[in-house]
Amino acid sequence: MSKVDRWLLPDGIEEVLPNEANQIEQLRQRLLHLFETWGYDYVIPPMVEFTDSLLTGSGRDIELLTFKLTDQLSGKTMGIRADITPQAARMDAHSLQREGTNRLCYAGHVMHTRPKTPLSSRTPLMTGVELFGESGLDADIEIVSLLLAALSAIRLEKQYIDIGHVGVFRSLAEFAELNSEQELALFGLLQTKSQSEINAWLDVNVADEQARQWFSQLPKFSGSTGVLDKAREAFAEAPAEVLAALDELQALINVVSERYPNAQFYCDLSELRGYHYHTGIVFGAFAPGVGNAIASGGRYDHIGEAFGRSRPATGFDLNLTAICRLLRGNDKTEDKGIFAPETNSYAGWQKVLELREQGERVVCGLSGQTSPRDHQNCDRILREQDGQLIVEKL
Amino acid sequence: MSQLTIALTKGRILEETLPLLEAAGIEPLENVFKSRKLTFETTSPDIRLLILRGSDVPTYVEFGAADVGVSGKDTLLEHGNNAFYEPLDLKISICRLMTAGIAGKQLPPGRIKVATKYVNLAKRYYAEQGRQVDIIKLYGAMELAPLLSLADEIVDIVDTGNTLKANGLEPREKIADISSRLIVNKASMKMKHQQIEALIDAVGSAVTERAA
Repeated sequence: MSKVDRWLLPDGIEEVLPNEANQIEQLRQRLLHLFETWGYDYVIPPMVEFTDSLLTGSGRDIELLTFKLTDQLSGKTMGIRADITPQAARMDAHSLQREGTNRLCYAGHVMHTRPKTPLSSRTPLMTGVELFGESGLDADIEIVSLLLAALSAIRLEKQYIDIGHVGVFRSLAEFAELNSEQELALFGLLQTKSQSEINAWLDVNVADEQARQWFSQLPKFSGSTGVLDKAREAFAEAPAEVLAALDELQALINVVSERYPNAQFYCDLSELRGYHYHTGIVFGAFAPGVGNAIASGGRYDHIGEAFGRSRPATGFDLNLTAICRLLRGNDKTEDKGIFAPETNSYAGWQKVLELREQGERVVCGLSGQTSPRDHQNCDRILREQDGQLIVEKL
Repeated sequence: MSQLTIALTKGRILEETLPLLEAAGIEPLENVFKSRKLTFETTSPDIRLLILRGSDVPTYVEFGAADVGVSGKDTLLEHGNNAFYEPLDLKISICRLMTAGIAGKQLPPGRIKVATKYVNLAKRYYAEQGRQVDIIKLYGAMELAPLLSLADEIVDIVDTGNTLKANGLEPREKIADISSRLIVNKASMKMKHQQIEALIDAVGSAVTERAA
């Protein structure tokens, strides 16, 4: 590497400069404060842990995203977290052992071996909440409501929520007796909504005429909440779990859209993000200008099992890095500091301390500097007048 | 109504796409074949067309720079990953993606050399066949590679097979049937679904009519 490109950072790894760093930190604080007011306890899961625990219950996609290294003390393989949710699940199942519901929130960086989507950061800052110990729909309603509250808190005007339920596809797959390989193949095809290929695959792999028809219709059930009614008609004869899933979706949307009338729901019965560990309602949030979900979550009832305690769970995480890129340029920082020219007087020093205690930003001039520089963000100056130190507009 | 941007693949696919769009009520306001412009307004004020190189269309749609795209299935297979929806088979520019080699010549045992512009696709295909291959990326005139012993086989799209025949090659295994597809950015589908659904329906019925 020549001297010229020694400053280059790896792809997908970024440093954050003052304005943006400030913005990220404000968002982080605002969200954690919001979570606190909803009764969520802040936890700090470790950055690295043994892959044995880190990768338990999560899908293969997470394993591929996880950086691994060898622990020189134990010889075991450690992973740098690529997802905080399984860590929170372990804390709930093993470390905390609380009875009844348990609400946790966190904010921290995760690391991805490959960008999850092109040009996305490989070290995004994620913040999220998890609600354990309640299997009823109430918990899902609370979580989706909190997501919308979070989107309002970061002042996203238009809130698009994409929502589905893995119960629909899973019960149909059970009904059609698909093996796990077939289930995965069909799942993959459904994610592309490629009707011609889905039908071709069904002709070869699914013998039951009724099941074939149901699967083939799945991608069509996407759009405004009206598709739920259409789906209920089409699946009238389907296994009871399918209808139960549709009812859950409808009930959740009814409650949440009354609470957050600005939210726009887009139902999609074949879009199942994180299908591997989710078990019920799944959702994502989108914003104009970002090609991918800025937040995602859903119900995952069985992860805790691997840690000794199966607990119902639901939650979401928000990608703060992506959200900040979206807001970039919206929030211009204002000049609001006070510049204090170089002085050796003790009275001057006292005045500076006093102002700082009042919460002011005071920048002291060094080496004879008598006026602030651009990047010091000062709009006022400390000046001596008639033996008094006063703050004056610049 | 928000603006909808449709990325089209130039060349033969474009010629066959425009009638479908026209049947759906979308016509460019100027002649796309004569103009040197890259973006075109249409008779539908909220729809704008981009004319791109085929391999760039999936990229534009994946990043959301375009909401909708028209792209050959070969390009999509090569692009890999499920980064967008692919709701409609336009049933135009139909051909096959095949392997081909010198007529009558047996493949050598073990590792073989394959020339193609579909690097990922070829690697995947041969791996599924249980064969390890070395891929040589070429940008055109694949047929030349086996003749000059640069490669043992090629992977390319085959329409009539005349080019192969003229160069003493034979088509071998079919990897996939190819036609052009309508692709949709995932976020656009969720945020502009009324507009996009209407477009898919209109183009979809144009496709059915054309086939009838």
